Amino acid sequence: MADTALQVGIIVGYMLVALGIGLVAYRLTDRTAEDYYLASRTLGTVVLLFTTFATLLSAFTFFAGPNISYGAGPEWILVMGLMDGVIFAILWYVLGYKQWLVGKANGYLTLGEMLGDRFGSLRLRLLVAGVSIFWLFPYVMLQQQGAGTAIEALTDSAVPYWAGAGGITLFMIVYVAISGMRGVAWTDTLQGAFMLVMVWAAFVWVASAVGGVGTATATLGDVDGNFLALGGGLYTPEYVLSTAISIAFGVAMFPQVNQRFFVAESKAVIKRTLPLWPILVVLLFVPAFMLGAWAKGLGIQAGANENVLPLLLAEYTPAWFAALVVAGAMAAMMSSSDSMLLSGSSYFTRDIYRPLVEEATEEREAFLGRVGVAVFATLAFVASLFQPASLLQIGDTAFGGFAQLALPVGVALYWTNTTRSGMYAGIVGSQAFYLLSVFTQVVPGSFFGGWSSSVVGMVLGLVLTIGFSLITSHALGEDASVYATGAD
Amino acid sequence: MNERTRLVGWATVALAVAALSVPWFMWGADGVVAGLPVWVVYHVGWLCLAAVVFWVFTKRAWGLGVEGVSRDG
Repeated sequence: MADTALQVGIIVGYMLVALGIGLVAYRLTDRTAEDYYLASRTLGTVVLLFTTFATLLSAFTFFAGPNISYGAGPEWILVMGLMDGVIFAILWYVLGYKQWLVGKANGYLTLGEMLGDRFGSLRLRLLVAGVSIFWLFPYVMLQQQGAGTAIEALTDSAVPYWAGAGGITLFMIVYVAISGMRGVAWTDTLQGAFMLVMVWAAFVWVASAVGGVGTATATLGDVDGNFLALGGGLYTPEYVLSTAISIAFGVAMFPQVNQRFFVAESKAVIKRTLPLWPILVVLLFVPAFMLGAWAKGLGIQAGANENVLPLLLAEYTPAWFAALVVAGAMAAMMSSSDSMLLSGSSYFTRDIYRPLVEEATEEREAFLGRVGVAVFATLAFVASLFQPASLLQIGDTAFGGFAQLALPVGVALYWTNTTRSGMYAGIVGSQAFYLLSVFTQVVPGSFFGGWSSSVVGMVLGLVLTIGFSLITSHALGEDASVYATGAD
Repeated sequence: MNERTRLVGWATVALAVAALSVPWFMWGADGVVAGLPVWVVYHVGWLCLAAVVFWVFTKRAWGLGVEGVSRDG
């Protein structure tokens, strides 16, 4: 009981801190859309690095990641390192830096806006925003569902699911509406630092409790399937590559990450951030996933729907520490959702509502953005009460869906012969292919002995974009010069 | 070195850094070094190397292939 009180206390404490940061950020906010969504493009190195990092990976680090390592071995360390430490870092330069230059020169706030302007097409802008919201919405729903379930488990059902998820939703609406990008980025930074400290504390604590890192790792050799050996079971080279490539490209197109390509204060910030990616990934995921694998070797019993890290900590660390990590993980889940809400709202208001319904002023749009956050969060909450199977499926495959956007966008950014028809073919073709593989048997989920349909779809999107651009010419209203980025 | 050679050079480096992040040649190896599986140790070392490579890139070649793309394409 005392543990429950402590855990709830920590979550409430986190919320108050977040709200405090939000209020400070609010006082610094101009009442414009650019400031609300992008903090007027003023984020510095540490804040940009941590906000990007914490936004996407927080809940996975503590829950799903260690669960996979527990079930199949710690090879996810390699998947993660390749994905976020190397491929995403390269995309950070190739797509991110380019988008930053182009966005700054032309004042873009969203991916759809950037593409719509270049190809002189409102319809393309709507398509990109629509595809993004299609994959984002169920993903937000999954976060709320996770938070609601975790609170229910934490309080032994004293707080029912709907109240937990609803309370978190309400909190996030208020918080995101107040703070905007600046506040969200600041909380993420705090959050990221907190995660690093917690994960290392847990690693050291468990290691010393069982007699050292070597002793803990030695237990892996006796596990069924030998977790010490590289590969085996789930892990084939095709799986490792497919997963790392698909998710890395998907991450780059996830609205809350893609929008962060626009927010750096200066070129120097992006520059300094690049070499820090591999370091941060190693620092966070090696201990987190080794803990998951050790749990298997140490004989921790976790059910199919249970998270293994809390069970491991409950076994080897004091209750207050386990509570701190669990509560921190839940807070991390919230910090992912707030960024997604903000981006989802900006895609909706800026790319769909404004062009179609009302040409709003900057102040009015910032206001609409806040309304958008509330609407988006409320709808996702309502959906999370019913949890329709198709939405769950979309949420689970969202990374693959976003990955399909990456190559057409990359081609458009760099190749001036890209045409509007090429973009339509690449985006619609790859999305259709991937959706068919997720929802039907028409397109198989795996090709050539284990390559995922997501990666195959990406290649298809690339071929279609280039192929159709070659056989069509620029449409009226296209302006290839907007992506020109002279050295400055 | 002209622009094109540098671009191809750095792209090759990037590809190599990515391709060898996973020690494919250690597939099935189950040794332990410094208390961790040998391939985890390799990976940590390789990512540190990647960080150094990225840092050198930011010092020596930042902007390559991204900046200075002319308006005529």
